Amino acid sequence: MTVPIDVKAATRTFLAHVEEHLVTYLEACVHCGQCADACHFHEASGDPRHTPAYKLFPIAKAYRAQKWPLSWLGLGPAITERDLKEWEELLFDTCTLCGRCTTICPMGIDIASIVGTARQAFVKAGLGPTDLLAAADSSRDHGSPLGVTAEKLKDRLEWLADEHEINIPLDKDKADILLTVSSIELMKYPDSVVSMAKVLNHAGVNWTLSSKGYEATNFGYLAGKADIAKLMVERIVDAAKLVGAKTVVIPECGHAYSALRWSAANMLGYPLPFTVLHISEYMAQLKREGKLKLAPFTQSITYHDPCQVSRRGGATADARYLLQDFATDFREMTPTGNLNWCCGGGGGVQAISRAADLRYKVFKIKMDQVEKTGAKTLISACSNCRLTMDESKAHWKWEGGLGSLVEIIADNLVEAPPSAGNGV
Amino acid sequence: MTLLDFARGPALSFAYAVFVFGVAWRLVSLLLLPRNKELSQAKPGAPSVFSAAVLGFVRHLWPQKAYLRGTLFATLNGYVFHLGLAIIVFGLAQHILVFQSLFGINWPNLPSSLISVAAVVTLASLVVALVRRLTSPVLRLISTGNDYIAWFVTTLPVITGLLAVSHLGAPYETLLAIHILSIALLLIVFPFGKLMHAFLVFLTRTGTGIFYARRGAEI
Ligand code: SF4
Ligand code: SF4
Repeated sequence: MTVPIDVKAATRTFLAHVEEHLVTYLEACVHCGQCADACHFHEASGDPRHTPAYKLFPIAKAYRAQKWPLSWLGLGPAITERDLKEWEELLFDTCTLCGRCTTICPMGIDIASIVGTARQAFVKAGLGPTDLLAAADSSRDHGSPLGVTAEKLKDRLEWLADEHEINIPLDKDKADILLTVSSIELMKYPDSVVSMAKVLNHAGVNWTLSSKGYEATNFGYLAGKADIAKLMVERIVDAAKLVGAKTVVIPECGHAYSALRWSAANMLGYPLPFTVLHISEYMAQLKREGKLKLAPFTQSITYHDPCQVSRRGGATADARYLLQDFATDFREMTPTGNLNWCCGGGGGVQAISRAADLRYKVFKIKMDQVEKTGAKTLISACSNCRLTMDESKAHWKWEGGLGSLVEIIADNLVEAPPSAGNGV
Repeated sequence: MTLLDFARGPALSFAYAVFVFGVAWRLVSLLLLPRNKELSQAKPGAPSVFSAAVLGFVRHLWPQKAYLRGTLFATLNGYVFHLGLAIIVFGLAQHILVFQSLFGINWPNLPSSLISVAAVVTLASLVVALVRRLTSPVLRLISTGNDYIAWFVTTLPVITGLLAVSHLGAPYETLLAIHILSIALLLIVFPFGKLMHAFLVFLTRTGTGIFYARRGAEI
């Protein structure tokens, strides 16, 4: 890379974000190495460098260096350009911020929280995978990482509405529910968008999309660009305020949920004036309220918990509740739920092309898990997981089917036009 | 002043002071760091902060079933030397006398033969921990000087204590002095490195428990 690496900026940025719990995490690690067993990257590669605790080394060093009395005595170990270069790959390509290592750590250290903060420091130093950073910049400049501008959104929604003979409201003046989308869905899995519309129409709620704030994915957040992360959040918050939405629904995207549900208020500095629900949580709520009429779905399926929705999002039970009495041949993987293995592409890793081989290796864990259940199709509630799994599936020429939770629900709504088939 | 006088007197007093001030300094400097106010909405039905903290602590006492195959041995070994150390420190009659003189409280002691067994088992367990650290590729990579120093200052008092009790190699008074000095070393090192985890574990586990509980997650 020709751009000089700014070690000082990295240190400064990390220190600016130093908070009590992060430092306590850094100082408490007993280097027991158990977290290696929980991380899918280590499981897939067997490379000791993929041990979660190791990923934090430069950050721990940066913090120690400035601490009294070491700094005062001039004994603090300084982080070097070499550290930053080596760890760039570890912090971006080999951490999906999935939180699985937290579940095994005897000290209860939440590595993912620190990695998220560490990424900001690396970006400030002029590091970070170019494609991931470009996705963030595109979100800022065009409204979405895949370049879906407001006009493109309008075109695409009109096309989808025509094609599927369905009403997809955009920019209604007032609505109770503001629906957001992920551009991965818009471009690669448009049926998912149609499915959300079908479910909302079926439930008879007052909803809309908004051209002011539609992109739910937050690549600013994933790429460690705090300003873009905040901008993406502001767009949705402004749109929600404009239509007076009481609830903002996040599509099938785990990190989008995490960013708006848990981080947004802290980025903005005030509580959000609406409730944020992931589409699976929202559908579970509709089901509880008796607003979802479903025909039984009989194909054999298993469910992949998106890390940010289940383990780190607390919606593990909602997906099960939706599948209960609906998916008649639902089989759990082992392990599942809060201990589910990650798809390998979360936390922005999907957007890093040089990490592809590693992602493929990680997916082998999943293939194995699915095969053990004997289920024909692997359903998920995250289009980013789905894209990662689709690509890995192609790589391994895997026969298993992939699908989406909202799509199987939408396809089996009773009375929902145009058809109530059993397709995935 | 004999070596024993020195060990019992100035050495130990200095070590106590370093330990108390060191631990206090470490904890205060952590707790004084900024803490951002959490502004996101908690999940409806999330447990109270108190129960979240307790649950967080308890949940990480033992690995979940999915992890047991890989972690059972290390976890058991960890428990063996932690409990072994506790039995030795709080169970031996002579140690209880020290606590009595420091805090004015005492409790019934355990038979010294049992303490000896505990010490041998603890020592073996510490050796196993070291061998694992030196042989597992993951542990070798992530181990730093800090880990080895912590191991050394923890193991030394166990060895010197065993020697003192068995009167091996030197006059009892000398052995006792060496044992006390090794404890002084442990106390002096304690606040500045990995041994602090004995206190920090209460912050990390509870903190993580609270972090996830408000999200409605159970980890
Ligand atoms: S499991 Fe926890 S304490 Fe052990 S090495 Fe990993 S982060 Fe550190
Ligand atoms: S958060 Fe997930 S990907 Fe990152 S180190 Fe932990 S287990 Fe590995």
